[in-house]
Amino acid sequence: MTHLPLGQQLLDTCAALLLLLSFAMLSQRRVVTLVNLYAAQGAVLAAATLLLAWRTGEEHLYVSAALTLVLKVAFLPWLLHRLIRRLGVYWDTEPLLKVSGTMLAGLVIVVFAFSLAQPITRLASTDTRSAIGIAVSVVLLAFLMMITRRKAMSQVVGFLSMENGVFFGAMSASYGMPMVVELGVALDVLVAVLVLGVFFFQIRERFDSLDLHHLETLKERD
Amino acid sequence: MTTTFPSLLTGCVALLCGWVLVGLAGLLRPESVRFAGRTLFTLGAALGLGLAALAGASLLSGGIERLILPIGLPELPLHLRLDPLSSLFLFLLGASSFGISVFAGGYFREGEGTAPGLLCLQYHLFLASMGGVLLANDAYGFLVAWEVMALSSYFLVTTQHRLPEIRRAGFLYLLMAHVGALCLLLCFGVLQGGSWLFTFHAMRAAHLSPGWAAAAFLLALVGFGAKAGLVPLHVWLPDAHPAAPSPVSALMSGVMLKTAVYGMLRVGLDLLGRPVWWWGLAPLILGLFTIFYGVLFAAVQTDMKRLLAYSSVENIGIVFAGIGLTIVFAGSGMKAVAALALLATLYHCLNHAFMKSLLFLGTGSVLHATGERNLGRLGGLIHRMPWVAWLTLIGTLAIAGIPPLNGFVSEWLLLQSFLFAGRLPHAFVNLLIPMGMALLVLGAALAGYVMVKFYGIIFLGQPREASLARAHDCGWLERVGLLWLALGCLALGLFPLQVIRALGAVTAQLIGAVVPQASPHWWLLAPVPGRPVSYGPLVFLTATTAVVLLTVLVVRLTYRQRVRRGPAWDCGFGAVTARMQDTAEGFGQPIRHLFQPFFEIERQLPEPADREPRYRIAIRERIWRLLYEPISAAVDRLANTAARVQQGRISVYLLYSFATLLVLLAVALIS
Repeated sequence: MTHLPLGQQLLDTCAALLLLLSFAMLSQRRVVTLVNLYAAQGAVLAAATLLLAWRTGEEHLYVSAALTLVLKVAFLPWLLHRLIRRLGVYWDTEPLLKVSGTMLAGLVIVVFAFSLAQPITRLASTDTRSAIGIAVSVVLLAFLMMITRRKAMSQVVGFLSMENGVFFGAMSASYGMPMVVELGVALDVLVAVLVLGVFFFQIRERFDSLDLHHLETLKERD
Repeated sequence: MTTTFPSLLTGCVALLCGWVLVGLAGLLRPESVRFAGRTLFTLGAALGLGLAALAGASLLSGGIERLILPIGLPELPLHLRLDPLSSLFLFLLGASSFGISVFAGGYFREGEGTAPGLLCLQYHLFLASMGGVLLANDAYGFLVAWEVMALSSYFLVTTQHRLPEIRRAGFLYLLMAHVGALCLLLCFGVLQGGSWLFTFHAMRAAHLSPGWAAAAFLLALVGFGAKAGLVPLHVWLPDAHPAAPSPVSALMSGVMLKTAVYGMLRVGLDLLGRPVWWWGLAPLILGLFTIFYGVLFAAVQTDMKRLLAYSSVENIGIVFAGIGLTIVFAGSGMKAVAALALLATLYHCLNHAFMKSLLFLGTGSVLHATGERNLGRLGGLIHRMPWVAWLTLIGTLAIAGIPPLNGFVSEWLLLQSFLFAGRLPHAFVNLLIPMGMALLVLGAALAGYVMVKFYGIIFLGQPREASLARAHDCGWLERVGLLWLALGCLALGLFPLQVIRALGAVTAQLIGAVVPQASPHWWLLAPVPGRPVSYGPLVFLTATTAVVLLTVLVVRLTYRQRVRRGPAWDCGFGAVTARMQDTAEGFGQPIRHLFQPFFEIERQLPEPADREPRYRIAIRERIWRLLYEPISAAVDRLANTAARVQQGRISVYLLYSFATLLVLLAVALIS
């Protein structure tokens, strides 16, 4: 059995943790815990970035790691927690699909994602290429979570988690995106969350609830 | 030929920019009728006169100027070009817009729909965009100007947007305008011929296979036909023209329809290079049918502006028949005759711009004075509004094709060119086209009938309503506008030789031939060498005037003492009222009866014992049921099918994107 270097092993552990957290989010129905899981995912991501920066010596990855830490571990979860408190939405209602069913669908998706990542893995030259499959899985699992939830809050968390997956994918495929792109994406996420926050208040004001099935009346034909 | 810097083209561009600035100035004090209405519209009129002068100078010099402005797309700056064809239509725009703008300066009043400042902006943008269409020398600039033209005129049509039927008319207009614009987009896409260069210069140089060239021509015919009002694409026109304020109707009918004619000529005879003769059959047949169709519906209308709108449809038919004939002749190598047909077409465009604007403005004055558009409630206005009545009379006679006015000249020239169709080297076609001429003549005769109805019912006879006694004549600005257009009709009718000489540059550019003057006399128009056909409008005018004066004189001298005024004999029936005069419905009844298959008539007749008898008749075009309703039903069905996708649930929408993503990824994985 070949021994991988320690840094590599740690990186793989981080990747595994990310996937695990994604599944945890998929099964979690408490919104507060969901945000905490998101923060944990952000922390793992920051750690992975830091590890990678240390291993490769790419300086901009340090900045990325710092940005991730500030934005995804501290600021956004704080913002979301505040929103939850203000809006009083601690629980999601019964998801559209049973949790067990969702988990099974998630498994199928992970298999699909790994088979999808195989050709990319062969092409990529980075040490971390084995993690690409995990990145794709994280994106698709977050998408699945958005589909199966009713409350707008969980969907925002899903959206953010998806961004985590994209970030991780970029990191493992090519040691991160150019700094400009990364900054742009970070700003996008920030603005999106702020806008969605405003939206929540508007939706609640209009329907007295954040349950999205109220929006179903907005279609043109019955 | 590129001239020195302060050229005519830069002058024209400066004037168009001036129009935009005048329009923007309207926003300074949008509510003020005095500022936005009187001052700015008069200023805009002056710019129009300047434009007409510059374009006229360019037309007479016959030169071509080009200009490239560094605005527009990154790879495609704005190309402009002033050649005889665009000069002619710019002249038309400038000269007729002068009359219309002066009139509009006196027309807009307080509290009528949109604020005058806003109207001023839309109106001048409309003018400037039409100028842009005429000057553009690349497809991008052309289409941008074309769309600005459509949008600004849409807002002008919906000035009184509080009325639902006006909103409906505006929507129909916008819809047809966009169907047409779509065809034009495709047409230019075909014309670039794989070079992906969108300047008109590149399009002229592009080599298209015969099939693609024919496709481009047909697309242009549909696109420009929809804007011009060619049957069956004319349906927006009878709704939109009456909905707009009268100066706007005048501008749309007089000038905007001509930009479509310009486009058709530009694409058909310039960009496509050598046209194939059978292409011309499509505009010829559609044009002839349009003449007939338009005039029939004009004859049965009871709303004066709708009547004029249908008359515009008829005149556009004449113009398109002329274009078709030009292409048939040019494609068969008969250049001299093609030049004659083209000349008649261009002449008719000029004529129609002046006479139809004049008539629409006249109806505007009547509408302001009486508040009525329905012919059944008008009558006898010649006593109350002599200025409007007499000036409108000139337009009425002109459009009916009465010599020595201008309508006659162009129709006569077109008939002359029709007579050459027998010499075409194509069997059947050379027999069938002269039959089309019969249709043209029938159209001209019916147009006379329509104009008798239009003028007679509005201005002659007795007022049909008591309220008409309060009608007043128009103000002096409006008079100046009407007078200008009426003088234009007179000048175009009395000096055809000079006009034809000026138009020679255009026929030389497009066909490569000019119409010769076969007579040595300056007052005698003889366009066909070797045939004894000639026309001298001044002679005609002198003779008619002499006969009329002589008759008056003789009558005066002979019957001076014996004139006796008394009540008209009423057949022993004492209670004759003004309402017993022939009505618009009554006047149109024979046409309705003769050509019944064309109309969809809904009639309500009163019962014999009815205490309050009411007679109601509604005439619709069959084309709605035959063509448009099936299309709209099909679109509705399609939309309903597509609407099933809309579930209203975010989860389902997310599922759609998720499934799409998975499928695309799977495809990427397999391939």
